[in-house]
Amino acid sequence: MSHLSERAWGYLLAAPAFVLLGFVALAPIGAAVWLSLYRRMPVFGIDEFIGAANYVQLWSDDRFWAACRVTLYFTTLSITAELVLGFGMALLLDRLTSQPGRSSQWGQVMILLPWAVPTVVSAQIWLWLYQPDYGLLNYLLLQVGLINAPIDWLADPDWAIHAAVVMDVWKTTPFAALLLLAGLKALPQDLYAAAKVDGAGPWERFRRITLPLLMPIIVIVLVFRTMDAVRVFDAVFVLTGGGPGNTTETLSIYAYKTLFQTLQFGYGSALATAMFIIVAGLTALYLFLLRRHFEDGV
Amino acid sequence: MSEAMDGRRHDKVRTLRQISLKVGIVLSVGLFCLGPILWQAVTSVKLDQDLVRIPPIFPEQLTLSHYERVLFGSPIAQSLMNSLVVAASATVISIVVGTFCAFALARLPIAGKPIILGLVLSTSMFPPIAVISPLYLLMRELGLRDTLMAVGLTHAVYSLPLAVWLLTSFFRQLPAELYYAARVDGCTPLRALLTIFFPLARPGLAVAALLVFIFSWNEFMFALTLTASDSARTAPVAIALFPGLYEIPWGDIAAASLVVTLPVGALAILFQRHIVAGLTAGSVKG
Repeated sequence: MSHLSERAWGYLLAAPAFVLLGFVALAPIGAAVWLSLYRRMPVFGIDEFIGAANYVQLWSDDRFWAACRVTLYFTTLSITAELVLGFGMALLLDRLTSQPGRSSQWGQVMILLPWAVPTVVSAQIWLWLYQPDYGLLNYLLLQVGLINAPIDWLADPDWAIHAAVVMDVWKTTPFAALLLLAGLKALPQDLYAAAKVDGAGPWERFRRITLPLLMPIIVIVLVFRTMDAVRVFDAVFVLTGGGPGNTTETLSIYAYKTLFQTLQFGYGSALATAMFIIVAGLTALYLFLLRRHFEDGV
Repeated sequence: MSEAMDGRRHDKVRTLRQISLKVGIVLSVGLFCLGPILWQAVTSVKLDQDLVRIPPIFPEQLTLSHYERVLFGSPIAQSLMNSLVVAASATVISIVVGTFCAFALARLPIAGKPIILGLVLSTSMFPPIAVISPLYLLMRELGLRDTLMAVGLTHAVYSLPLAVWLLTSFFRQLPAELYYAARVDGCTPLRALLTIFFPLARPGLAVAALLVFIFSWNEFMFALTLTASDSARTAPVAIALFPGLYEIPWGDIAAASLVVTLPVGALAILFQRHIVAGLTAGSVKG
């Protein structure tokens, strides 16, 4: 094979990855779009081409728009909280770990653990914490006097989505903190020294040095977290199953139920495709925002 | 006389304050991060009658019966084996295929590299729900539904972008001269990759392998839809579907949660530096 050119070798070595991605990732996307043009309910033996009818139905489907609102609400709330809390955590840990040593390692291990816990497990952990009668959360809140009677967090339509957000924040803040901490560690210290000499206070230094220099990383955390939050499935699915009364039904959960519980493969695929378009739009937007980073880095 | 003493006392106060500050930070961050996990650990050793009352928070009597039931009388043990097979094979496939692709992207003159890399990365942003129904139908056609192979293969492909991304940047850091020298000596690119770059890239490979393994161990949606029986269900699926006859077996679930988390938790603790390096690679470049 020594007669092959460098370029041919390149394509040859890259080929397996592309075959796999083609078959298991790209082709299914195409197939989903194709399926979404059918009315297909295998249980009833229904399988007919109906063109864009599924999308027309989607447009006037209140449950779809409700799922969009839930997803948007969940995403906005959880990534805001994650960013703020993650930043706080990163700043604290940065102080703690200004000199490398055992304490810095412990700090990292602590914030790595929630990240490593399988999402389904974290849902089970929080299910138990939220348990209305013997859950730790109600007990502590009652003891402190913040509430007068136990709250059934996951059965209450107003609380359930927030309970899901809190769980997601617990699980994913560490990731945000980890990236931000790495960013903080890479900041040039002489800038701070110079600012101190010029009489800038801590807040001033944070606002004028830390924040602008960390912007690229903040954007990246936002990108990663938005992508994950928009397609959230397992966390909320195990915690609430989309209930009570669909108040926590995200787009992924609605599509999943349509596909695998009511077995409407056509309409479910239309939902999935709509979601793909939303995520693709977000991706394009973010790639645009990150283009400078890409050009530098790659 | 007092100036020196004052200074010393001042120093003492300061170090005391610094220490208490550190302890405070560790405690509050630690409570936030570890509290829920610790509560699950406490729950897992409580007697059944202690589970349905609070207070007391900490039980007087401990039991291992939940662990016994989870390991010997539930689908969890089987699911752990399944997860191990799935995650290990996903890791091997993803790393081998990813290494070839990353090497080509990093060292060989193929056209449209940024486009290729962008395409690979964008697949990692696909919402799984968008591909799940055709994938399900495909696996059923191939007779692979409810097999470990279906889940492992899917996990391998969906972690490929991560592997390619990490390994490409890793291969780029290795000196190009090594490659040219090997080529001049008559190595084919494949041979150069296997004999020179592969050994040198071991740290990067370890990072990528760790992240792929953890991803696969924790993944839920593909594993849920592509499997239908205990013989192929992975650990997260088994935990989500944990059987309860009349009431929810909180103690058993707590024990199962810890058992399932243990492997990835141990990896996170043992290889924290590698994992942090992998997670922050590509996002922190000054």
